[in-house]
Amino acid sequence: MAIIEARGLTKRFDGLVAVDHIDLDVEEGEIFGFLGPNGAGKTTTIKMLTTLLKPSEGEAKICGYDVVKQPDLVRKSIGVVFQEPALDDQLTGRENLDFHARLYGLNRREREERIEEVLKLVGLEDRADELVKNYSGGMRRRLEIARGFIHHPRILFLDEPTLGLDVQTRRAIWSYIMELNKREGITIFLTTHYLEEADNLSDRVAIIDHGKILAVDSPRKLKDMIGSDVITLRCSEPNRLKNILESISWVKDVKHHGEELSIYVEIGETKIPKIIKIAEENGIRISSITLREPSLEDVYLDFTGKSIREEVKPMIRRPPRFRRLR
Amino acid sequence: MNSLELQAIYVMWMRQIKRFMRARGRLVANIIQPFFFLAFLGLGLRPIRLPGLRIGMSFLDFLAPGMVALSIIFASMFAGVSIIWDRQFGFLKEILVAPVSRFSIVVGRTLGGATISIIQGLTILAISILFGAEINLIGLIPGLFMMLLTAFFAVGLGIALASRMEDPHAFSLIMNLIMMPATFLSTAYFPLESAASWLRALIYVNPLTYIVDGLRGCLTNSFSIPPWIDLTVTISICAATMSIGTYLFNRSEA
Repeated sequence: MAIIEARGLTKRFDGLVAVDHIDLDVEEGEIFGFLGPNGAGKTTTIKMLTTLLKPSEGEAKICGYDVVKQPDLVRKSIGVVFQEPALDDQLTGRENLDFHARLYGLNRREREERIEEVLKLVGLEDRADELVKNYSGGMRRRLEIARGFIHHPRILFLDEPTLGLDVQTRRAIWSYIMELNKREGITIFLTTHYLEEADNLSDRVAIIDHGKILAVDSPRKLKDMIGSDVITLRCSEPNRLKNILESISWVKDVKHHGEELSIYVEIGETKIPKIIKIAEENGIRISSITLREPSLEDVYLDFTGKSIREEVKPMIRRPPRFRRLR
Repeated sequence: MNSLELQAIYVMWMRQIKRFMRARGRLVANIIQPFFFLAFLGLGLRPIRLPGLRIGMSFLDFLAPGMVALSIIFASMFAGVSIIWDRQFGFLKEILVAPVSRFSIVVGRTLGGATISIIQGLTILAISILFGAEINLIGLIPGLFMMLLTAFFAVGLGIALASRMEDPHAFSLIMNLIMMPATFLSTAYFPLESAASWLRALIYVNPLTYIVDGLRGCLTNSFSIPPWIDLTVTISICAATMSIGTYLFNRSEA
C-alpha cells in the first residue's frame, strides 16, 4: 500500500481551480519530487495532504489515515517544513525544537536525546542556544528540517526546501535530506521548481502544471522518454528552421522557446553537421550550437510546452494567500 | 483531556512567558502610559472632589484600580491579537499542523496572555501604592479573580479579532476607534456619578464599565454599581468573547 495516496484530489478557491483532480501514490521510503512552476498548485497540494486545507473534492490518505476524517492521526505521522519560515525567532534554536518535541508528546528523556541527535545531523549543535533571529537563512532552514523529523515522522513534507538559498547551502541541504532518507528511512515528499533539485534528490518525480499532474516517473525514465540527445541552437530565423527540420525523418521533435531551438535526435554528434548544412542551404545563419543529454528541463518543456525558467522570476514570490473566512 | 493536550497548553503558555521575559523593554513600554496617568493625573488632581468619590477617597485611590484594569485589558488583547503576527511570520502553521486540538492552543495562549497581563497589572498596582494610593489589600483576593476574568475576556476578544483579520494594521485602527473611547467611557478616569446623563447612558452600555467598577470595588470598597451586576456582566462577556474567539480560531486556516 502506498504511504501517500490521493484520488481525484481537488481544491478550488472562488472559482479558481488550484489543484485539479490529481492522483498520487508515493511508496514508503522514497524521495518523491513534486516539480512545477510557481502557482502550479504544489503548496496547495501539500497543505491538503498535511490537513491544513480541506480538499474541495476527492480524498487523500496518509499512512492509511484519511486527511479529512482522521487529521490528528495524520498529523502524528508527518513532519512538515513549510515554504515560508515557521520558526519563533525570539526563541533559541533549542527552544524551538523543544517546543515542537513537546507538542508531539515526547517525554523528557526522548526530547533531550532526540534534540542532540537532530542538531548534530544538521550541524547546528554549536549554535543551538542562540536566538533564531541571529540565524542566517540557511541555518533557519536546517533548523526547520531538524524540527520536522524530531518526532520520528514516517513522512517528511518539504515545501521548496531550498527556495532563496545560495548554491552552496542548497547542496548542503540536499545532503541532509538524502542522509535523513537513508538513515531514518523517512519517506520524503518535496516540492520544488528547481529542476536540478528534483533531478538530484528524487527517486521519482511528478510534473505538475495548472493543478494537473502531467507525468510521474523516475528522472531517468522521464529523460529516456525524450530520446537520447538534445541539440540546442540559436539562429537567425528559428521559426523557418523549425518548419524545415520538422519534415526530416530523423528529427524526433523540435521545440522553440525564447531564442533557442531544441532538436531531439538519436546520436546527436552525427546530426550536427547535417543540421548546419540544412541551415546553410536555406540561408539561415546559426550563431551557436550545443549538444547535450536531455535534462529534466527538456522533459518539463516537452510536457508543458514552456521552459520552467520563463516562469520563474528571480524575485522570491510569496504564494497567493487564499485565506478567506466567511 | 489527555496529557498531550496539557503539554500543548503548557508549551503555549511557556512560550509567551519566555518571550515576555526576553522583551523587558515591552514591559516598560506597556507600563509607561498608566504610570504617567497615575503620576500626573492621579497626583495632579489628588485633592479634587467629585460626585462619586467617597469621603476620604482621593482621586489617586479612584484612578489606580482603573489603570490596573485598563492595562490588563490592553496587554491581554495584545496577547490574543499576536496570533496575527504568528500568522505573518509563519509560526502559526507550525502550531496548526501539530497533533493537538485548537482548543488547547487557545487555552494555552489565554493563560499565557493572562499571566503576563496580570503581572503588568500588579506592577501598576504596586506603583500606585508607592504613590500613596490607599488599597484594600484583603480585596486583592476577589480582585485577582476579577483580573483573571478581565484578562480572559480581553484575550478572547483579541483572538476573535485576530482570527478575522489578515492585516495587523487593522488592529491599530480598532484600538483607536473603538478601544480608546471605550476606555474613556469605562469610569476608569472619572466616576459614573460625575458624568452628564447622556454620557451615563453610554457608560452603562459599555461592558468595560462593569470590569472597572468591579475591580475598583474589590480594591477600594467603593462600588458605583451593585457588585453582583459587575460580576454577572464580567462573567458573561468573558464567556462570550472566549467562545467566539475559540470558534473563529477553530475555523481559521493557516
